[in-house]
Amino acid sequence: MKNRKKMSVLAAAAIAVVALAGCAQGGDAGSGGDAGGGEGIEIAMISKGFQHQFWQAVKTGAEQRAEELGVTITFEGPASETEVDAQLQMLQAAIDRSPDAIAYAALDPEACIPLIDAAGAADIPVVQFDAGCDSDVPVSIAKTDSLGAGALAADHMAELMGGEGEVAIVGHSQINSTGVERRDGFVDQMEAEYPDIEIVDIQYGDGDHLKSADIAKAMIAAHPDLKGIYGTNEGSAVGVVNALTELSLTGDDLTVIGFDSGKAQMDAITNGLMAGAITQNPIGIGAETVQAAFDAINGETPEEVIDTGYFFYDADNMTDEEIAAVLYE
Amino acid sequence: MTTSTPPTPTPSAKNPEQINPPGGAERRGIGQVLRSQLQQSLAFATLVVLIIFFSVSSSSFFTVSNISGILLSTAVIGILAVGTTFVIITGGIDLSIGTGMTLCAVMTGVFITNMGLPLVVGVIGGIATGALMGFINGFNITFLGLPPFIATLAMMLIAQGLALVISGVAPIYFAEQAFKDIALGTLIPGLPNAVLILFLCALVAYVVLSKTILGRYTFAIGSNEEATRLSGVNTRKWTILIYTVAGIFTGIAGVVIAARLGSAQPQLGTGYELQAIAAVIIGGTSLLGGRGSILGTLIGALIMSVLINGLRILSIQTEWQNVVVGIVILVAVFTDSLRRRREA
Repeated sequence: MKNRKKMSVLAAAAIAVVALAGCAQGGDAGSGGDAGGGEGIEIAMISKGFQHQFWQAVKTGAEQRAEELGVTITFEGPASETEVDAQLQMLQAAIDRSPDAIAYAALDPEACIPLIDAAGAADIPVVQFDAGCDSDVPVSIAKTDSLGAGALAADHMAELMGGEGEVAIVGHSQINSTGVERRDGFVDQMEAEYPDIEIVDIQYGDGDHLKSADIAKAMIAAHPDLKGIYGTNEGSAVGVVNALTELSLTGDDLTVIGFDSGKAQMDAITNGLMAGAITQNPIGIGAETVQAAFDAINGETPEEVIDTGYFFYDADNMTDEEIAAVLYE
Repeated sequence: MTTSTPPTPTPSAKNPEQINPPGGAERRGIGQVLRSQLQQSLAFATLVVLIIFFSVSSSSFFTVSNISGILLSTAVIGILAVGTTFVIITGGIDLSIGTGMTLCAVMTGVFITNMGLPLVVGVIGGIATGALMGFINGFNITFLGLPPFIATLAMMLIAQGLALVISGVAPIYFAEQAFKDIALGTLIPGLPNAVLILFLCALVAYVVLSKTILGRYTFAIGSNEEATRLSGVNTRKWTILIYTVAGIFTGIAGVVIAARLGSAQPQLGTGYELQAIAAVIIGGTSLLGGRGSILGTLIGALIMSVLINGLRILSIQTEWQNVVVGIVILVAVFTDSLRRRREA
């Protein structure tokens, strides 16, 4: 009896060890590009996150440029885009390491000011990407004009709807700047240019595929005349597409316009469930950020605002060279 | 499916209402039966009131398509809640079910998509992942003596991390329609399979909880673990088994969410555990352990999804939706405790 108990303890311990080993094995997956450049320059990138494909694409772009320039980067971010505090701790730790430059994407434009000022006081050049901090220290920012991108989504939605009817928005955040600006850009453009289009509902699914699908289904149930839904990020847009599939609807019943890329969204556009989507240039954001940091380290002045651009893509132009280059699976 | 109150090995002072007359459940007094019926009918009444309210407020609510949508949106949280009902009845808690579910979904993806194993093997592998996590939780709680809150909090983080590492921080897609049909196919016309799976899970859990020795010990451990142990029950073994059972349900939920989304999304899962726990509590299961029911949990999960769907149909702002759901949880649990205090 005692022996058996011991055996079961051993068995459990063995399982735990295996689980840990699996953990260690995959542990190197998240490390930054360690190009063997002779200059020994280190750029610390603090992102808004790393789990979404978008941030992985930013990281890819950053790593590619880092390799070309022969510099080393680190890339980290909090688990979700609501963890302002966790991100500030990462920023603090980066400053303490005193890298040659810091690249930062602010989750909150105010909370970061003291730390960014401290980096400035320590003579660490700071560049920004995606979203800025309200401080005078950073020398540049590489980002998408989210208001313009939202307006472009509105233009295409209006065109596909024939300039009239009801439309709804499944947003990913009512707090962070991309969520707010992509929504406002869309809403403002609709109100200014398309008086016969009514925005009947705006709800937020945190970019969670499942939540966004359930929201879209409720919207479709509540508004039988709904002609279009705009999803403001990858998870929101894919959620809307899932809702269509589950209700056995097609792109002919409802016009769906999404944001960013990813395999699921690109498939939906190819097979006609989604009319099209706005894509940013995340690889470009990563690359331009590292370039700006590199320039700043070398005493040059990078452009204050680097607009990395945005495009509308649909089944017709998805394979064009210019578009295909900025899409990611 | 009424509240099950099997005989505890020794009368417990912690939950006086749990003491059964000699002879056990079969000879429970009529009053007790009525009382346990009342507890469910209270939750059930809440559900009916909500459905009537939303049906009157919007003609879009009580339609076949929307009701089917509500049931489908209950599936994942409902299955998690059914599993975690066992754990909560023992007086424990399992915070690892949300991200654990995601890890199971990712493992299913690894088995089917990355390794090309047959569907059945992949599904079993995903569920086994859940069972393994549950087993480790149970082991850490009983043999290492960790409080359930800490042991499962640690597992929540480990599962979240492993899901990201194993998937390479990218979604894993399922190509086979047969896999997606696990959630969205309709064996019964008009009813998505995910809902069928939820009901089957609830039925099995009900039988296990009310008709088997595992169920009896679940209640006994929750009522008075020490007394149960002293009466010769190997409480460690049974606790591990109970957490493993909960893990199996986590695994099933992982397969269902992966099938519904046609992909394993490694960043999902955080917060799902709290929704599941809320459903269990609304359903009348006590966080102190020793009492609870699967039917209650099912009703609790339905209350949550009816409420959220109804507020969405009425186009209530997302911010206010959270406030309303929070208030409903407060009211549901408060009335339940009021009623119990009056009975005590």
